[in-house]
Amino acid sequence: MNRYRPRTLALELVMIGTALFVGFPVYVLVNLAVRPASDTSSPLSPTASPTLHNFTQAWQQGALGGALANSVLVTACSVAIVLAVSSLAAYPLARVASRWSRGTYLLVLLGLVLPFQLASLPLYQTMRDLGLLGTPWALVLFYSGLQVPFTVFLYVGFLRALPRDFEDAALIDGCTPLQGFRYVVLPMLKPITVTALVLNAVAVWNDFFTPLLYLSGSAQQTMPVAIAGFVGQYVTDWNLIFAALVISILPVLIVYFLLQRSIINGFAGGLRG
Amino acid sequence: MAKARRAHNTPPWWFALPALLLFAFVVLVPSVRGVYYAFTDWDGLDPHFSFVGLGNFADMFNDADAMQAIWHTLLIAVSITVIQNAVGLLLALGVNTAIKSRNLLRVFLFAPAVITPIVTAYLWRNLLGPDGAVNTLLGAVGLDGRQQDWLGSPSLALWAVVGVIVWQFAGYSMVIFLAGLQSVPQEIHEAAALDGAGPVRRFWSVTRPLLAPAFTINLMLSIIGGIKLFDQVYALTGGGPGHATDTLSTLIYKDAFTLGEFGYSIALAVVLTIIVAVVSTGQYLALARNERAVS
Repeated sequence: MNRYRPRTLALELVMIGTALFVGFPVYVLVNLAVRPASDTSSPLSPTASPTLHNFTQAWQQGALGGALANSVLVTACSVAIVLAVSSLAAYPLARVASRWSRGTYLLVLLGLVLPFQLASLPLYQTMRDLGLLGTPWALVLFYSGLQVPFTVFLYVGFLRALPRDFEDAALIDGCTPLQGFRYVVLPMLKPITVTALVLNAVAVWNDFFTPLLYLSGSAQQTMPVAIAGFVGQYVTDWNLIFAALVISILPVLIVYFLLQRSIINGFAGGLRG
Repeated sequence: MAKARRAHNTPPWWFALPALLLFAFVVLVPSVRGVYYAFTDWDGLDPHFSFVGLGNFADMFNDADAMQAIWHTLLIAVSITVIQNAVGLLLALGVNTAIKSRNLLRVFLFAPAVITPIVTAYLWRNLLGPDGAVNTLLGAVGLDGRQQDWLGSPSLALWAVVGVIVWQFAGYSMVIFLAGLQSVPQEIHEAAALDGAGPVRRFWSVTRPLLAPAFTINLMLSIIGGIKLFDQVYALTGGGPGHATDTLSTLIYKDAFTLGEFGYSIALAVVLTIIVAVVSTGQYLALARNERAVS
């Protein structure tokens, strides 16, 4: 890094100004969320007498606790399944040099460009026939399959850059391939597993289209669908809506700020491949 | 374990089976079925439906809403790709300098990208409303004449959608560019500076070629994300006013679940698929050639 010059100071001020500009909507969000409905002053001026009343009301009326639990359940189960099956699948796909392996890998990568709208409409019928509509299990099943291409892609890229000496040694020492995977390959995959975990968790947690389809009309909602329902119901009561929005993003932001270093590096590194 | 001793050191193919079964059940088989339904007049419920050949696709050409949605989809995708990556690159260059707050700024500027898109969309729906914070802010700095009903005006709403996406994901592009920038060796920069190259020349001749992989990833992600866009449009404008912001995704949802035109809706999804495939293949080939040219 170069020395700190007057020009650097100017740049510093410009960047901080930009950050404040980016943060401005969040200031308004929090400012209005703590504002009693009687206060109709400008959304920019700080709330005179902040209250937490909107939060308790939004929590109770929006059934947000149930939605939060559902989102946690769906995200945890889907991500666990997709990481397990994808890392296992990536092992032969990255190591076996055959036409079969290459063809299968390309088939899986095809899933990266297929828009999920194409698959999720026909799958809606199958989910209905299986009696899964309206349950979180429809979502777990959906994401477990939907996220396979991207996750396999991350794992295969990472595995190809790893030397095979350790696996070969383990197999010569008498490990079965499954033991070799469990005790030798999987520990080496840890960095990309963290990346894949974060990227998948963000994608599953934030998705709205699929739960809107598969859970509509049921009491079992995920957070984005519960929020959409809440906005529809309290359409003009923005202080209450904003409190609900704050509640829904708080868990994500807490996790983000606690793990920001590995999340940012994961996004950059995992995608750089 | 004599048998294991002579085991060839390649993992067995059945390791891939669980992932393949899930992928086939959730993505492959339904996608193939989707293509089949695109040639029928199925309403999604009635077990009796008939084969209409290319009827749905012919209808699409006579459906002004569908043509408009295709146009909006492409316009949004291209605008987002250009603006989001330009802003992201500027941010990355800004925080990849000697400024003291650089680490804090990275964390802060990336934060919008992890927030649920539908939540940021509802937030912005309020901010961009007639009495929202954006208009209040414009009034406060004396730009009353610029106050607008941003989402209520057919000509502005589409750009408001683009603006919200850029606000949310510019930090995402920034992080990927930043990863690329950090692979640019400082010595090359210094050598170029000694040779008398100014900052613009140094960026163009030294940094830009080394950023080629970051460009590839960023452009692919934002254009595919832009084409498939649903959540933000649904929550910001619902496709309105009128059909001014309807994209293929919102139209697919409306046709399938509010109009019961499942066959027609899935035909739109097939068109969406073709657009994604053509654009991403073209982009991939162009960028791969570019990456080879600079390496």
